[in-house]
Amino acid sequence: MTMATLKAIGFRALRSVVTLLLCVTLVFVVLRTAGDPVDQLLPAETPPSVLEEYRIAWGLDRPLYVQYWSFVSRAMTGDFGKSFASNLPVLDVVLETMPRTLLLGFSALLLASLIGLSLGILGAVRRGTGIDRVAMGVAVLGYSMPIFFLGIVLILLFALQLRLLPSSGASSLLHLILPTVTLALPLAGRIARFARTATLEVMGRQFIRTAHAKGAGRLRVLLQHALPNAMVPLLMFYGIEIGLILSGAVVVETIFAWPGLGRLLVSSVSMRDLPLVQGVILTITLVIVLSNLFVDILHALLDPKVSLARTLGGAG
Amino acid sequence: MSSVERSEARAPLFADLPPVIMLCLFWLATIVVVAVFADLFAPAHYTTQDLLARFRPPVFLGGDWDHVLGTDHLGRDILSRIIYALRTSILIAVLGTLIGAIGGTLAGLAAGRLRGPVDLSVMMLTDVQTALPSLFIALTFLAFFGNNIFLFIILVSLEGWERYARLARGQVISEQSADYIKAVEALGAGPGRVVFRHLLPNIAASLVVQATLNFPGTILLETSLSFLGLGIQPPGTSLGLMLGEGRGYLLNAWWIAVLPGIVIFLTTLAMSLFGDWLRDRLDPTVERD
Amino acid sequence: MSEPLLKVTGLARSYEMHRGLFGHGSTVRAVDDVSFSVAPGETLGIVGESGSGKSTTGRVVLGLEPPSAGEVLFEGKPLPPMGSLEWRRLRTRMQMIFQDPLGALDRRLPVATQVREPLDIHNIGTRIERDERAGELLSSVGLSRSIGARYPHELSGGQRQRVVLARALITRPALLVCDEPVSALDVSIQAQVVNLLCDLQADLGIAMLFISHDLRVVRQVSHRIAVMYLGRIVEEGEADDLFADPVHPYTRALVAAAPVPGRKPSERAMLQGEPPNPANRPSGCAFHPRCAMAVDRCRSDVPALASLGNGRRAACHLAGQPIAAVPPGAAAAQQEIFAK
Repeated sequence: MTMATLKAIGFRALRSVVTLLLCVTLVFVVLRTAGDPVDQLLPAETPPSVLEEYRIAWGLDRPLYVQYWSFVSRAMTGDFGKSFASNLPVLDVVLETMPRTLLLGFSALLLASLIGLSLGILGAVRRGTGIDRVAMGVAVLGYSMPIFFLGIVLILLFALQLRLLPSSGASSLLHLILPTVTLALPLAGRIARFARTATLEVMGRQFIRTAHAKGAGRLRVLLQHALPNAMVPLLMFYGIEIGLILSGAVVVETIFAWPGLGRLLVSSVSMRDLPLVQGVILTITLVIVLSNLFVDILHALLDPKVSLARTLGGAG
Repeated sequence: MSSVERSEARAPLFADLPPVIMLCLFWLATIVVVAVFADLFAPAHYTTQDLLARFRPPVFLGGDWDHVLGTDHLGRDILSRIIYALRTSILIAVLGTLIGAIGGTLAGLAAGRLRGPVDLSVMMLTDVQTALPSLFIALTFLAFFGNNIFLFIILVSLEGWERYARLARGQVISEQSADYIKAVEALGAGPGRVVFRHLLPNIAASLVVQATLNFPGTILLETSLSFLGLGIQPPGTSLGLMLGEGRGYLLNAWWIAVLPGIVIFLTTLAMSLFGDWLRDRLDPTVERD
Repeated sequence: MSEPLLKVTGLARSYEMHRGLFGHGSTVRAVDDVSFSVAPGETLGIVGESGSGKSTTGRVVLGLEPPSAGEVLFEGKPLPPMGSLEWRRLRTRMQMIFQDPLGALDRRLPVATQVREPLDIHNIGTRIERDERAGELLSSVGLSRSIGARYPHELSGGQRQRVVLARALITRPALLVCDEPVSALDVSIQAQVVNLLCDLQADLGIAMLFISHDLRVVRQVSHRIAVMYLGRIVEEGEADDLFADPVHPYTRALVAAAPVPGRKPSERAMLQGEPPNPANRPSGCAFHPRCAMAVDRCRSDVPALASLGNGRRAACHLAGQPIAAVPPGAAAAQQEIFAK
C-alpha cells in the first residue's frame, strides 16, 4: 500500500465523517425548526415537571450551539431517547429490528447479482444478437417496474391465486421468498445493464484482444481476465445501489409486513413517533455512509490507478 | 466532441424513430392529453360514490360498460379515478422535475463558475443527498412537519437534483476554458451574460436528457409516498394512493390495485426507454442512475 | 512626436510550474524585460518561434493576463484591474483576434448575432442600429450580409476569421491584437485576409500588434517588426529594412529561412539545435547554443537591446560588427547561410 493510497483513504474517511455530521445536522435542523424538541420527542402525557427536566438535560435553555453539540454527542453514543409507542430505548428497538432488514437486503443482493450478472454478461458476450436484446429487454422491464406494483402482483399470483407462498410476516424461511424476489428484481435489472456495459468496456481493452490473439479460449479469457477487471467498477456500482436497496426495503417490508427497519420507519412516521424516526434515519445514514466508504476503500486498494482527485470527486 | 460532431448532432432528431420509441411517445402523449382534459374524458367525478355498485369488475372480466374498469370498495368508478389520479401524479412529477432541475442546475452553475466555498458547499450537499436517498429525506420531513402539499412537492423535487448539479458543474468547468467563452469575456461580457447566454445553452441538451432520465424516479417517489399513506391524502387521489387503498382487496377485487399499477408501470417504462434513447442520440456523457 | 497609443516598459510575465507535493516549484519566465511602443494607426509585427513569449505578450498587453513586472500604458493610462467594470469598458478600445476562429465563435448562435454582441454587451445604440452596424461590418470584411444568418460551422475558415474580425472591429477599437490570425488558413486565403487587414487599417486608422511565427506574412502587414526569442526582444526595426539587412544572428536565420519565389526550398538554411524551451533557459544570451557566431561572452552576459541608429535595435554582443571579425569556423557556417 503506497503513501498516496493511504492519503486517499484518509481523505475519503474524513469526507464520510463530514457527510455523517451533515446528516446529523440536517436532522437537528429539522427537529428544531419543526417545534420545541421536548414537545416533539416526549409523549403527550408527560407531566410538565418532567418536561422541564428534559429541557434542562438537553440544554434547551442554553445557546443553540450547545444544544447542537449535545445532540451530536448523544447521537454518537446512540442515545436517541425512547420510542413513544413502546417506551423502550430507541437504540434497542433499532438494533433488534436491523438484522431482519439486513437479512432481506443481503438475500436480495445475492439473488439480484445472480440474475443480473448472468443476464448482463450474457448480453455482453452475445452482443447485438436476439439474446442480447431479450436480456436487456428483461432488464429494462425490471428496473422500470415500480416496486410496490411488483410486490402486489407477486402476492396476487403466488399467495392468493396459487397459494404457494405466504405474503406477510417473517415466521419462516418461506416468508423470505416473496419479499426477497420483489426487492431483487429491479436491482437485477440495473445490475444487468451495468454489468453488460462494464463487461463490454473491459472486453474492448487491448490486453483482452492480445489474449484472444494468443489463442486463449473465449471462456477462459472471460473468466481469467475480463471479469476480474470488471469487478472494480461493479463494486463501485454496488456502493451506489445500497441507498436504493434500502429505499426499496422500506416499501417491500411494508407490503409484506416484514418486521424490519423499513416497516418500522413507515409506522413511526405515520404515528409521529419522532424519537424512533430520528433513530432509524440516522442508523440508515450510518449504514449507507459506511458501505460507501467501504466500497471506496476497497476500490482504492484494488485499483492501482486510483488517484486522490478521483476519490475526492467520487460519489458518496 | 469536435465541432464536426457537434454540428452532426444537430441533424434532425426525430429522423428514424424505432417503433418501440414511437409507442412510448404515443403513450406519454396520451396520458398527458387525458390528464389535461380529465374532465372531458372521465365518465364520473372521482369522488362519486355508489354504494350499490361496489366491487364491480372491469368490462373484460364480465362487468358492464357503465364502469369500464370496474368500481372500488366505495363504488367509485375506477376509470375516472385513474384519470384524475394521473393528473395529480403527472402534475406533481412535472413540478417536482422542474423545481429540481432548475434548483440543481443553478447550484451546479454557481459551483462551477464561482468555485471556492460555494463549490465546496454544493459538493457537501450533493454528498448528503447521495448518502440519504430522497425517500428517507422525505420521510424525515414528513414526520416532523406533517403533510402539506407545498412541502410535498419540494420533497419530490429532491429526487435527482444532485445529478443536475453535478452535470451542470462538470460541464461549466470544462466549457469555461473553451476559446469561445474566453473570446466573449475578452469582448467585455459580464459574468451573467457569459453564464446564461453562452454556457447554459451549450449544456442545455444534457440537462434535458437528465430530466427525462430522472422523471421516472420522481413519479416513483411520489407514488411510493402516497402508497405508504404519507403522500397525497384523501379526498385527493394519486395512482400510488389507489394502489395503497386497493391492497386490502386483492383477494376479491384485485383490479382496484392492479389497474393503477399498470398505468404507473407503463408510464415509467415509456419514460425510461425514451430517456435512454434520447441520451444515446444526443449526449452519451450524461450520468445513468 | 505624438503620444504613442501603446507603451510597454520592462514587461515580464512568469508562471509557476508545480511539480507535485515533493518536487520543487519552478518559475518559467515566458516574457522577460520587454519594452516597445506602438503609435496610433501603426502596425508592430512580433515574430518568434513557439516558446518565444509572443502570444503571452499580446495577452498581457490587452490585460487578459496580469504582468509579473513592468508596465503597460494604453492611451497614456495604465490598464485597469482584470475583470473590473473599467476593464470591461476598455474592451471597446482594444480587441483581439485568434488563431482558431471556429473555437472563438459560439456554435449555437448565428454569425450576425455574434458580430453584434459587443454592441449588446456595452449597450451601444438601439437594436435596429446594432443590427445595421453588424451588417455594415460584415460588408466591410468582404462578406455578404446574408452570411449573417448562417452558423459558424457552415462557413469556411477564411469566412470565419473575417467574422471574428468584424466582431472585433465593431466598436471601433484603437488597437487590434492579432495572434497568429492566418496560421490555420490555406495559403491562398491567408493572402486575402492579410490584404483585408491592411485595407481596414488604412480605412479605420487602427493600430495593430500582429503576432506570428511567419516572417513573410508579418512583413506584409507591419510597419515595424520586433523579433522575440525566449521571452526577450532580440531585434526591432522598420519592416523592409529589417528584412533587407538583419543584424541579430537569429533574425538572419529567420530571414534566410523565409521562402522567396525563385529560390529552391531545399537550399534554405535551417536553424540548428533544439527549439527554445522557456523552462530550461540557457545562460547569458539565450540564443548562444544555436548561434554560429557565439563567443565566450555570449555564454555569460545577457546582451541588452541597444539602439543602432535608424530606428533599429538589436540585442547582440556582436551587433554592428562586420563579418570578418567573426571567429574562424563560424565563418564557414555564416557563408553557408548566406550563399544560398
